[in-house]
Amino acid sequence: MRVFVTGIGCVSGIGMDVGEHLRSFRSGRDGLGGITLFPTRHDLPVSEVKAGNGALAERLSLSASRTFSRTSLLGMLAAKEASGDAAIPDGSGVRIGLVSATSTGGMDLTERFYPLFREHPAHGRLRYAARHDAGDSTERIAAYLGITGFRTTVSTACSSAANAIMFAARLIRNGILDAALAGGTDALCRFTLNGFASLMILDKAPCRPFDDTRAGLNLGEGAGYLVLQSEAALTKPPYCELAGYANVNDAYHQTASSPNGAGAYRSMKACLEKAGVLPHEVDYINAHGTGTVNNDASESAAIRRLFAGGVPPFSSTKAFTGHTLGAAGGLEAVFSVLALSGGLLFPNKNFTTPAPPAGLIPVTRYAEGASIRTVLSNSFGFGGNDTSLLFRKTDRQP
Amino acid sequence: MTRQPPVYINSAASIHPPLDGVGECLPGKCLTAVEPDYKRLIPDATLRRRMSRIVRMGVAAGQACLQDAAGVSPEAILTATGMGCLADTEKFMNSLLDGDEERLTPTAFIQSTFNTVGAQLALLNGNQSYNTTYVHRTFSFESALLDALLLIREREAVDVLAGAMDEQTPTLYTVLQRLGCWKRAMAGEGAAFFLLSGRRTDGTLAILQDVELFSGDYGEQAIRERMERFLLAHDAAGARTLYPADYKRFCGEYPTAASFALWYACRELREAEGKRPVLVYNAFLDAHSFILLKPV
Repeated sequence: MRVFVTGIGCVSGIGMDVGEHLRSFRSGRDGLGGITLFPTRHDLPVSEVKAGNGALAERLSLSASRTFSRTSLLGMLAAKEASGDAAIPDGSGVRIGLVSATSTGGMDLTERFYPLFREHPAHGRLRYAARHDAGDSTERIAAYLGITGFRTTVSTACSSAANAIMFAARLIRNGILDAALAGGTDALCRFTLNGFASLMILDKAPCRPFDDTRAGLNLGEGAGYLVLQSEAALTKPPYCELAGYANVNDAYHQTASSPNGAGAYRSMKACLEKAGVLPHEVDYINAHGTGTVNNDASESAAIRRLFAGGVPPFSSTKAFTGHTLGAAGGLEAVFSVLALSGGLLFPNKNFTTPAPPAGLIPVTRYAEGASIRTVLSNSFGFGGNDTSLLFRKTDRQP
Repeated sequence: MTRQPPVYINSAASIHPPLDGVGECLPGKCLTAVEPDYKRLIPDATLRRRMSRIVRMGVAAGQACLQDAAGVSPEAILTATGMGCLADTEKFMNSLLDGDEERLTPTAFIQSTFNTVGAQLALLNGNQSYNTTYVHRTFSFESALLDALLLIREREAVDVLAGAMDEQTPTLYTVLQRLGCWKRAMAGEGAAFFLLSGRRTDGTLAILQDVELFSGDYGEQAIRERMERFLLAHDAAGARTLYPADYKRFCGEYPTAASFALWYACRELREAEGKRPVLVYNAFLDAHSFILLKPV
């Protein structure tokens, strides 16, 4: 059973929908700015979605009196766009599910609850605490879109959304679902910011993925979803096919990637094999490329090794969006689909100097009309999680 | 329906509250898992010490499950948790608040990540295969089990390690108490892992026939009807059903209690004379699941 992409939706610091993302990429505008969402003593660039929770709720026509985590609101916005794009007709009998990913869940609300609670256990508003768990955002998105069928949540740090897409594809291939909204959502919060600050991998300047001077990542927030549909349940011409996927574990260190990129190499290789695509047939790689010294060296080594015959055009879009963690695989899957359908090459903003030993040079100029038939998207994360997805052009019609 | 290749449960390990403890539901009581001697399961003392309680329980249950199936290197490690590593989350939050965002050390933050146990199991066993974590309330464990079932049916994997863990903390207990959860239920916790396989062995405990998840406002009668249809479709009309009350009187209420129930059902199936299929029924609020086991 083949699995196709029929809908896309996204929100991040560079746009509230797919169209605005395209305009930002075209004009080279990143989403970076200061932290406005919560009080903090850290002075670091982050890529916030340019709308407060009230404005997001209004956009979604939600009652202002109801409590939603920012993760839920961002997820609803992107999932709604993807679902509207796929436009599966009501009453079509298509069994649709939701596989959503998040790493922070309702932590933004917990941050409002816990300081009061720890002063006195009877204090702190329960409506905030009840939104803490990761499954809450998925349930809110499902309820908002009227998805009553199968739904679940994946959380594997920075590879979460790619793993959600992979599991959704498996559910479709096995006939459990005909279609699935799959992707991820994560809101910036104080907890995550301080976590990454304590790991000392945040750059005080705009991040520079794959550059020799790179010094860490910038955090971002957002959501990205695909609608996946089985071949038999297609109701419109698809964007492309999700032709391959693979998830492997680096089993090297809890938070660091192996220097030789063994995990990244194996996940890309297994993904291509699953799709039946040879390395020289890959037309563009949307790299994980966080801007940390460790990730980019490891990923570069893996790319060099797998594409020894010639490295295809590749770039990291994280200098635009920041690292959106559990949402990154979803956003970048949307970008990959856009690359295929519009022949787009996204620039790796802020790159100037190749980094030895791999010395890779990413795409630095935005381009349209390139001949792109296959796109590989990488998502790697804490816990040694390496996931790669392969999207392939299709002329399949419903 | 095409005939699916059978999926076997070849080993099972669980860390749970004492079976000879209360044995009945005392609303508001908080059950605590009996932790094993971890030295045999996690020999590295530094690593053991660094792990928080839920990570230790999860890793130990996973290791025990693998040790029982000596020599097997699974092609997938699937973990599940409803609430994740709460104690670590709270620890990091407290140091953030106490130190006003200064002088933070990353250990608690790293361990607060939902996939910590899955990652540790991969590291400890040098296992480089498929590794993912499901975190969807009552459906967390069932999602992992479903993924395992599909991986084996698709022949993407022969052996899959799948398990779940949730811990009870004073904060969680208090918050849930304020939300009214303990008026009728006992608080619980636990960690349980299973080695699922497409290959039958001498140690095979049961056949995992199917997993079904559904949600909605189902009354008792509607559940019973759905259950009958499910059992009939799987040629298991005579199955014995384990209702939530049958196992939550031992393990208490927690998001991944179905993992304890599956362990309990495997044990029953091995010890029972009659060898009837067993249906594990799990329910919390409007989330329901069926896990059907057949004797080998």
